[in-house]
Amino acid sequence: MPVSTTSDGTPIWQRRTSRVQWLIFLAWLVGISLLLLCWKVISDNTMWVFVEDAGRQGSDLISRMTPPRWEYASQLWQPMWDTINIATLGTALGIALAFPVAFLAARNTTPHPLVRSLALTIIVSSRSINSIIWAMLLVTILGPGVLAGIIAIGLRSIGFVGKLLYEAIEEIHPTPVEAVSATGASRLQVMNYGVLPQVMPAFAGISVYRWDINIRESTVLGLVGAGGIGLQLNASINLLAWNQVSVIFLMIFATVLVSEWVSARVRQAII
Amino acid sequence: MLTLSGVGKRYPTGDQALADIELSLPKGQVLALIGPSGAGKSTLIRCVNRLVEPTQGSIRLDDQELTRLSGGALRRARRSMGMIFQEYALVDRLSVMENVLSGRLGYVGFWRSFWRRYPQRDVAEAFRLLERVGLPHAIDKRADALSGGQRQRVGIARALLQSPKLLLVDEPTASLDPKTSRQIMRLIRELCAERELAAIINIHDVALARQFADRIVGLRAGRIVFDGMPQELDNEILTRIYGEEDWDSAADQAEPEGGEVVAAESVKHKREESTRLAELKPAISGGGV
Amino acid sequence: MSVSAEGLNSRREDEARRGVWRRPPLIANPRLRWALVAGVLVYLLLALASVEVNWERVAEGAGRALNFIAAFMQPDFLSRKGDILNGLLESLTMTLTSTVIGILLAIPVGLGAARNVAPLPVYIFCRAIIAISRTFQEIIIAILFVVMFGFGPFAGMITLAFATIGFMAKLLAEDIEDLDWKQVEAIRATGAGWWQTMNQAVQPQVMPRLIGLSMYRLDINFRESSVIGIVGAGGIGATLNTSLSRYEYSTSAAILLIIIAIVLLSEYASSHVRRWTQ
Repeated sequence: MPVSTTSDGTPIWQRRTSRVQWLIFLAWLVGISLLLLCWKVISDNTMWVFVEDAGRQGSDLISRMTPPRWEYASQLWQPMWDTINIATLGTALGIALAFPVAFLAARNTTPHPLVRSLALTIIVSSRSINSIIWAMLLVTILGPGVLAGIIAIGLRSIGFVGKLLYEAIEEIHPTPVEAVSATGASRLQVMNYGVLPQVMPAFAGISVYRWDINIRESTVLGLVGAGGIGLQLNASINLLAWNQVSVIFLMIFATVLVSEWVSARVRQAII
Repeated sequence: MLTLSGVGKRYPTGDQALADIELSLPKGQVLALIGPSGAGKSTLIRCVNRLVEPTQGSIRLDDQELTRLSGGALRRARRSMGMIFQEYALVDRLSVMENVLSGRLGYVGFWRSFWRRYPQRDVAEAFRLLERVGLPHAIDKRADALSGGQRQRVGIARALLQSPKLLLVDEPTASLDPKTSRQIMRLIRELCAERELAAIINIHDVALARQFADRIVGLRAGRIVFDGMPQELDNEILTRIYGEEDWDSAADQAEPEGGEVVAAESVKHKREESTRLAELKPAISGGGV
Repeated sequence: MSVSAEGLNSRREDEARRGVWRRPPLIANPRLRWALVAGVLVYLLLALASVEVNWERVAEGAGRALNFIAAFMQPDFLSRKGDILNGLLESLTMTLTSTVIGILLAIPVGLGAARNVAPLPVYIFCRAIIAISRTFQEIIIAILFVVMFGFGPFAGMITLAFATIGFMAKLLAEDIEDLDWKQVEAIRATGAGWWQTMNQAVQPQVMPRLIGLSMYRLDINFRESSVIGIVGAGGIGATLNTSLSRYEYSTSAAILLIIIAIVLLSEYASSHVRRWTQ
């Protein structure tokens, strides 16, 4: 009862009942103790001397990064081209694989509940594992190079595109689908005429959005040997050539900004 | 031509939507199915083309038992039953021509339909139908660029391109204004006469049903409570179908008030004299025209 | 409609009358259409040509791929139990603390980055923070923080918190920018100050989505915490990296399965929390 009466009979208003109040208090208590416990674990595993040193290290880092070694940029065009290729071809591979998986995973288009759970498992596994982990696995299997990067990006994209697409499929209007099946159309024809036109804009938007994310992800795949500008980044860091690292950072920054702009424009055009 | 005997439908939730439906429809007859919301009208026509699976009884179209068909046989049976929907059920992002041609999907193979390579005869017939319903200039428009009445015309053309023997029409006028409603009903009526089609039309508007149907069937709580000529439909029978109501104050009101939408459930409880027949229209759920 | 378009229409109608009909192309201008197709083809050719594949190495790796699949059938949770548990504990603690810190800091940044509640200089400053935080992959930021703060979960925590700020603040700012302004005016009309307005009119409107997004970010932070260990920022990523470089595939498989299970669990939990707060 939010409104109760005190002993002398005047009604008082409280936002919550006392039981709810206690539960909320308890939840906060548990949450904060958990947080403090976590903090303790982290601080136990930290060398505090290094942390105290951070300010000096930081300013040292900045002084080494400036001025950037601009002439290094000329060696970065090829890796940047590779990076963009990894993102683009990887996205293409990912959406090609995600497309059928999404149809199998959507409740209203799946042929069988068992197939649906299999498709959902594929989506979850692909989503849980970061593209750089995929790249690590693939580099041990395929050897270092752009190919491992492309496949890693593709495998990671299945989950992302698949999840958003199957949610879009589940949200379509059911009546046009019903109307197409009422004409005597086969299952594939119903997909082609009733479902596909309805999800096409969402599908295109999701793909472009994932491409934009993939550009970002593919900049670091080189750290584990899967090609692209990350290789140069790794090499420069190992050489402690921080003035080259800053050139790479600026290059990545510019590329990501451009790709974000392109993706926003394309998505606007689709809607 | 179409015979339903002992048809019943019980949903998995336990609701008995239909029970003991006995109905037979000769060639060329236009039958109006009336009744309150939730009486099972939509379920009944969806049982005929098996968009809803009946749980009891048999449905025969000519000499074919429909309830036992599956796969390809069911699809071939569906070809001969054209369906027209309440919210038009066009695929918005396809063009008018593609929507009409989708009526041939039961006849052409998948790849042909995928590349939109329909036989010349089908395309010519689709165009003739578009001319017949008055939309020859809209072939390349997208379906969502049309008005409500135009969309329903496209829906009709799609159903007719199936070369059906039977039309199943689900609330064709529920989302339309009174004038367009009449035009659409008249069009369906004329087309049925031209092609000797039988039709089952679900309709909320009793005045329209009286005007355009050969026969009226009243459904209440999943059972047939009236089956007769439009002239036979009097106040007593309306009460039997819809529940008690002062029908006379509405009887002279032939023109229903368009756009006025009242939840039909409330009608059962209402006893105000002013309630008009037009208010029996169902609440249109988010229907954008 | 122009004359030529009308001419085109009547031509298509005449053809349709004779039974000839093709779907209208997506891009009406034929030159543009073919230029686009050609451009895509040329790009694909160039891109595919620049992919070098060492087939001998791939053939050699095929055996390892089989080993790996076999390892997935028999994941080994036990032989590196201590390492796995330590890594997992670090990852989870990093995830939780960084999400909380990140969100607490993202709220002021998000408010500052919403054009309708913040003055222009604050807006530009906050947007710049968001842009930097969003552009760089967590791993790149982790490298810098590891150099600054030394190896270990502290650097990882700061990294994830920093990434969380960019993510949450951007979405929060977008939310605030399209909130229902009438409610804000109504509260202002009562004579409420800036803080009171934020508390009474803005907070109730953005809170449900903020909670949903926080759950989502918790999920992302856990997934990221499993990789920043590769560059020395603590967590299960380091354990995974070690096991892979030692070719202990069954341990790697175990770690990956644990990651998948935790992500699944957190997704399940967050869908519940979101339903509960709505």
